[in-house]
Amino acid sequence: MAGSGTAHLRPTGEALLRVEDLTVEFPVGRNRVVHAVSGISFDIVKGETLGLVGESGCGKSTTGRALIQLPRPTRGQVTLGGADLSGLDEESMRSLRTQVQMIFQDPISSLNPRRAVGEVVAEPLHVWGPADKEAQWERVSRMLDAVGIDPDTARYKYPHEFSGGQCQRISIARALVLEPELIICDEPVSALDVSVQAQILNLLEDLKAEYGLTLVFIAHDLAVVKNISDRVAVMYLGKMCEYAESDELYANPAHPYTQLLMESLPVPDPGIDLQTDVTDEGELPSPISPPSGCRFRTRCERADALCAEVEPTMRRVSDEHFVACHHPLIDLDESSVHIAATAEGPGGEST
Amino acid sequence: MTAAPADHAALVVEDLRTHFSVPAGAVKAVDGVSLSLDRGRTLGVVGESGSGKTVLARTIMGLNVAGNAVTTGSVMYEGKELVGRSPKEMKALWGTEMAMVFQDPMTSLNPVVKVGRQLTEHVRIHLGVSKSEARSIGTDLLRSVKIPEASERFDVYPHEMSGGMRQRVCIAMALACSPEVLFADEPTTALDVTVQHQILNLLAAQQRDRNMAMILVTHDLGVVAGRTDEIAVMYAGKVVEKAPTATLFNEMRHPYTEALLNSIPQTTRPKHTRLAAITGRPPDLINPPPGCSFAPRCPYARARCHEEEPVLQIAGTSGHQFACHTPVGSPAATEAFEANLAEGLPAALVAAGQDAAPANQQTDWAD
Repeated sequence: MAGSGTAHLRPTGEALLRVEDLTVEFPVGRNRVVHAVSGISFDIVKGETLGLVGESGCGKSTTGRALIQLPRPTRGQVTLGGADLSGLDEESMRSLRTQVQMIFQDPISSLNPRRAVGEVVAEPLHVWGPADKEAQWERVSRMLDAVGIDPDTARYKYPHEFSGGQCQRISIARALVLEPELIICDEPVSALDVSVQAQILNLLEDLKAEYGLTLVFIAHDLAVVKNISDRVAVMYLGKMCEYAESDELYANPAHPYTQLLMESLPVPDPGIDLQTDVTDEGELPSPISPPSGCRFRTRCERADALCAEVEPTMRRVSDEHFVACHHPLIDLDESSVHIAATAEGPGGEST
Repeated sequence: MTAAPADHAALVVEDLRTHFSVPAGAVKAVDGVSLSLDRGRTLGVVGESGSGKTVLARTIMGLNVAGNAVTTGSVMYEGKELVGRSPKEMKALWGTEMAMVFQDPMTSLNPVVKVGRQLTEHVRIHLGVSKSEARSIGTDLLRSVKIPEASERFDVYPHEMSGGMRQRVCIAMALACSPEVLFADEPTTALDVTVQHQILNLLAAQQRDRNMAMILVTHDLGVVAGRTDEIAVMYAGKVVEKAPTATLFNEMRHPYTEALLNSIPQTTRPKHTRLAAITGRPPDLINPPPGCSFAPRCPYARARCHEEEPVLQIAGTSGHQFACHTPVGSPAATEAFEANLAEGLPAALVAAGQDAAPANQQTDWAD
């Protein structure tokens, strides 16, 4: 139930990155627009990892890109370390981009196949780093070393000579070479095997501890997101459904969509009840004409007339847990709001 | 080497090998695989990229049409030998006896041909029905894979459908001529978790209703748990462990199976739990290392593992086989692990969660 609202934000000043009412719309002709992201708000404290999770088409990648103003959001405010990015001109935005780097999903196509690895990683330094080639190489080799690639053998090799996991390590080195504050990881492990995925996740945790990084981690796999994130935002069709500390989210999902995602997760345990009778055959509705009220209502078992009329806003479950739903799965600790008569505690086998 | 009685099995594979000759030598993609599959049963084939699981499925079906593929061994389907048949002879089996659902629903459909025509093309050839009969069969198929508004969807192009819907079309296409054996090669890898759940449920329901044999190829142990009767774990072209599903999870003996399972992040563990990754990469299939091919990445490897190749041996429970000198849970494995840990073998350090480069401070961060 996709909702808006800012109840879950922490006081200004504490956060490294603060996003308020972020909206991204793409015109598609005849006065129609794709509502890719509609009124998302979140904040990230330095050293924290925020996970953005949802199905394809929920706007999580668009959110990640809008943070670095590529493209500039239609509405809303993005504040990085006190500077409001939406008000900046191109030139100041360009220099701020050194503080925010991105890692992309497909490790092989995100590296230029015609350039040697040493050059690929050094490229950001050609623009922003020391002019001295030796000093540049010194930094590049330090970063390659940090991500577990031998700098001297990799320097003159090309991306095709490396495996997918190694290419992802090289992309991480490239993102790190400018010593950014914030790294936006857009599905960095979904193209990798589980064994390599574990290597990359461990590497990100190590680098985060070593360089004091702040991460935005975008993925569709809830188990991966839970493992790496301090807080998780669940998105559906351009809206945020639930925002919580990650252990809390998985122990007590409050939003029916979060529960659906968790029940769909393949669990490596043959004893688990598979819920093969789950009725959800739903698909994401079109973001050109999203459902009125709560956007998840077309797939939600709990939806009623209220959900079609009124869009739910973020409400507090606890200090670390917020949900945008008229009929959440757990009781809210607010007395003033409408609470579903059917609220019955968290269903499913989430813990 | 096969455990199940051959006379009941729909498919019996014996010592199957597929080698691709390339300038550098022979790539041993499938190297001596034996298995059998009964009607109405599901076999999961699990392994990393490059373990040979897809080539195995394609070899059984006779889809390795590349000129450099050399296949030896035996594939018996209902008492008939399939290895050595020409594509022309195999064609009679495709669709009506064996069918495959491929990984990528975006590229396995022809983008310029309407869904309905793709779906019924082989129905018309195999069953010799008219265009209008084919249309009604096709619409019923679309309905059976739970595509809403089936008769309208019959006339759309693939790009007008979502990934999940396209995979449903691919499944309908594979089921169209009622095959006896269905191969599903990573059918959900390109899909979202919710859609993955729907597609796996759909495959399971169809398999039950039609009493088909199914081979589900995947890299994710989570996908095969609870959805298969038996699992074969592949590494470097060989089956390294094979067991009924519950036995495999409860009594796993091969270190590779254990490592695959441990590297999956689980929601039941607290956040920032360090994952037991598998160090290194799968071996070179042209010149595989001597001894056990998993030894260079194995936390339990001893000198013997690097010299002598283990063969599949029978474990306690029926139908459970594994190929390892230091099986998980044995005293030899415990001893080897401790020795490797003391020596600082990377594979052992990672398995013990002691590989973190800097001090782990994540838990100090406020949340």
